[in-house]
Formats: sequence, C-alpha cells, structure tokens
Amino acid sequence: MKIENIRVPGRLSQKELDLRISFLRQLEAVPNSERIKSCIQCGTCTGSCPVSYAMDISPREVISLFRAGDMESLLHSKTIWVCASCYACQTRCPCLIKVTDIIYALKRLAMEKNIYPPNFPVYSLSKSFVKIMNSYGRLHEPRLLVYYFMKTNPFKLFSFMPLGLRMVKRKRIGYMPSKIKDLKNFQKIIKKAEQYDMPRSVEEVQYLKGAVGYGAVDKQTLLESKKQ
Amino acid sequence: MDYTYFPGCSLESAHCGYNDSVKKVFSHLGCNLHELEDWNCCGATAYMSVKEIVGFAIAARNLAIAEKQKWDLVAPCSSCYTILAKTHRHMKELPELKDRVNKCLMEGGLSYNLNVKVRHPLDVLINDVGIDKIREKTKFTLEGLKIANYYGCQIVRPEKGFDDREEPVTMDNLFSAIGAANVYYPMKVKCCGGMLMTTYEDVALKLSKEIIECAVNNGANCIVTTCPLCQMNLEAYQDEINNTYNTNYKMPIFFFTQILGLAFGFTDKELGIDKNLTEGIKINGALMHQ
Repeated sequence: MKIENIRVPGRLSQKELDLRISFLRQLEAVPNSERIKSCIQCGTCTGSCPVSYAMDISPREVISLFRAGDMESLLHSKTIWVCASCYACQTRCPCLIKVTDIIYALKRLAMEKNIYPPNFPVYSLSKSFVKIMNSYGRLHEPRLLVYYFMKTNPFKLFSFMPLGLRMVKRKRIGYMPSKIKDLKNFQKIIKKAEQYDMPRSVEEVQYLKGAVGYGAVDKQTLLESKKQ
Repeated sequence: MDYTYFPGCSLESAHCGYNDSVKKVFSHLGCNLHELEDWNCCGATAYMSVKEIVGFAIAARNLAIAEKQKWDLVAPCSSCYTILAKTHRHMKELPELKDRVNKCLMEGGLSYNLNVKVRHPLDVLINDVGIDKIREKTKFTLEGLKIANYYGCQIVRPEKGFDDREEPVTMDNLFSAIGAANVYYPMKVKCCGGMLMTTYEDVALKLSKEIIECAVNNGANCIVTTCPLCQMNLEAYQDEINNTYNTNYKMPIFFFTQILGLAFGFTDKELGIDKNLTEGIKINGALMHQ
C-alpha cells in the first residue's frame, strides 16, 4: 500500500479537489496559516463571534468542514459573507488559528470561482469601492453608496435621503470627491499589482491536494514523505 | 514632537469633526502634525477581499511616502490604522511579498523599506505625551460626564498593539485623568457590525443596539469612540435602531479627541461637535452643544 493512502482517509471528487487546491493556495499567503491543523474543536471561536447567530455554518464548523473535505458547502455558505471581520475569534483561539483570515481566504475563493448570487451585496460593495478607488485614489462615501445601491436595490437609495439631508445640513457631505495628484503613477502601481499573486509555495499544494482529515496541512508529514 | 499625519477619506468628509479635533488637541499639546503628501485611500477591508496584493500595494504607497518624511505615521481612523499596520507587518513577515510590492511601487517611482512606525493618536497621547502633561494642560475638569469608553475592534485586534485586546484601558485612564467618570462597560471591544450596516442591516442594527443598550443600562450619558465607522453606525443609525426595537435612545456619540478638546477649553464649533447628529450634553454649564 502506498504511504499516501494510509494517511488519507477519504477520496475527493475532481471538483472538490480543485477547490481544495485553490483554497490552500489562498491560505499559503497567510502567515502561520498551517495552524489550521491544530484545531481542537473547542468552539471558542463560535462563542466569541458576535454574528454567529446569523450564520448557517458556525466558525468551528468551518474548520471541521475543511477537514472533512467539503469545500463546496463552505463556499456556498452565508457565513463567509456575514463575518464582520472583528477578529474576536482569532484573538481568543487557544490554538492560535487565524480564523478570520481563513474566512477572508474563503471569501476571495468564492469570488474567484463566481460562487455567489447575482448582485450579491458584499461583492457589489467591494466592486463599487474598487471602481471609485481606481479613478480617484480616494474614497467618496456618498458616491460609494449610490453605486452600490444602483447595483443591488435602487429603491433603497430613497430611504437614505433623510439621513443624507441631515448630513448635508451639518456640512458632513462633500459634493465632489477629492482626487490624488499623482493619479497616473497610482494607477500604474495598481496595474502592476494586478499581475501578481500573493507569494506562495507550489510544492506543498501538490502533496496536500488529496489529503483530508487531520494530516491535511501538515508540513512535517510532507517532509517525511519526501524522505521516503 | 513631529508626526506625519494620515487623515484618511472619511475624516475628509463625513467625519471632519474627528479631523478638526485631532488637529486641535495635538497642537494644544505641542505636537506638530504634517499631513502626508498626496496620500491615497488605504484600501480598507474591501480591497483586501477582492485582490489582496493590490490592497497591500496601495497601502504601501502611503508607507513609502511616509518613509521619506522620517516621522511616525499617525492614523486616527481605525480602519486606516489597522490596514497600514497590517501591510507593514505582512511585508516584514513575508520577504517575498515585500519584493513584489516594491516592484509595483517602482512603477510609481517609490519603494518601501519597512522604516515607518504606524501609530494611533490614542497611543501617541498616552505614551509620547503622557497623562501628566495632559492633566497639566486641562482647563476644565469634566465633572458630571459619565463616559462609556467604546474602543471597537480594529485598534485592539488582531495583533497585540498598544493596549490589551480584551480589556483595553488607555481611554479610561485618559478620561479619569481629566476628571470624567468612566462607567462599567463590558461592551468596550465588541463589534458594531461595521460594513454589515450596508449589506446585512438587520445583523448590524442588533449589534449596534446592544452597544448602546449596555451604555444606557450602566448609566452612561455619552459613548466615546476612536473609530469613524463605529461613530457612524451608532449615531446615524440610532433612529433606525429606535424604530426597529421600539426604544428611545438619545445617546450622543463623541470622538475621544472631541471630549479631550472640551477639557482643554476649545469650543464645540472648533471641535466639530456641532456637526454631530445626536444632541449634545451639558458639561459645566458653559461647555455645551446647542
């Protein structure tokens, strides 16, 4: 029997395999993300999370589903979008797991794979933000709200009118966004950065792609298997 | 003392009161703020969830410009503070990321060599200026003010910064030094919902309501915060909270520099308190808003 077969308790479908590899790629960009393997399923993350009541999969279950090899449920969950990234879970985790950063990685993966409903709120907000940033270099909040609600729910914009008027009355809304002076070079920096990915090592992903269960992100196992 | 100052987008428009009050308080204490030249938006969390490396690159542009000015970089907005500090930390931990980001910055004729210290104004006031000097410069003691100190998430987490992550005390110390009372406030580092207010409003309203409710129940007559987004959620959506939960909260939400400015003898106009949406409270009879 091959050594991988002993350590790997389950076999994954091709689709699941692809998702798993992409997820591990995202994870490798997070310093110390291999701590994910040391989860003891204590539930401190879920207990600390202020929004876990609104989630379909609790933060503790996020880790266990990853172990069980069910990336697809994770990417389709409401959990990854409802996370407010307050970092309470990550701060309290007794195993030093980067829970919030892992959820960020799932968010990016879901966007990369286009897994979200059309005109999905979080995605639309981020996209509108990026659009304004790229053309001004600075954010203009009223414009962000207008772009965002035009994409998701234009009628909602009317409900913001009373608040908007109060803000205008107190001189808290500027009509024109301020622009940075060196916009040309700023856009050059963005253009160049878009060509890059976060740095990561491809080697590890090769071994980990079929692995589910406790050995899933284990550098030590990787080294041992290489020696043999 | 000299510092490079990074106001950030929201302090330029919707939270100009924070901007004004930080500048007033710092100059009163003899600290010079030099605005970062041609700064750009830090990218906030939105960019980080679309394409991470672009987020790092645009945040690093600010750091690269700040590096030329040699002073510590002061960022009052919690989001800017945390993103700039995170960019610095990640570039330090991942040398390969530093190389790539620097290649991007080269396109704009810049480079960043990890020589900038990102600071929060609260950190500067407590650790550089010191409580003794602040007490010395105080003209009015703020007796009668019962403050709920709300720190929010981003200045205390995820990494250990200048204060404790579960039980921060810097703001409490600051205000007890100028004669205000701090109420017992266990919600001080709970999340207000942040950007969820635009995406999952029901969730964010519940979180914000709990923060105001706790302050009311503990006898506070104002909430003081360090974060523009928290201030916005707690203040501008208070009517919405009242409508949703059948409550009748009228809790004024101040920035910590606004309260400090009042103690130093600045008027509410100078500190931008007249721009707050909720009604102010009387302090010593003379210092009041509206």
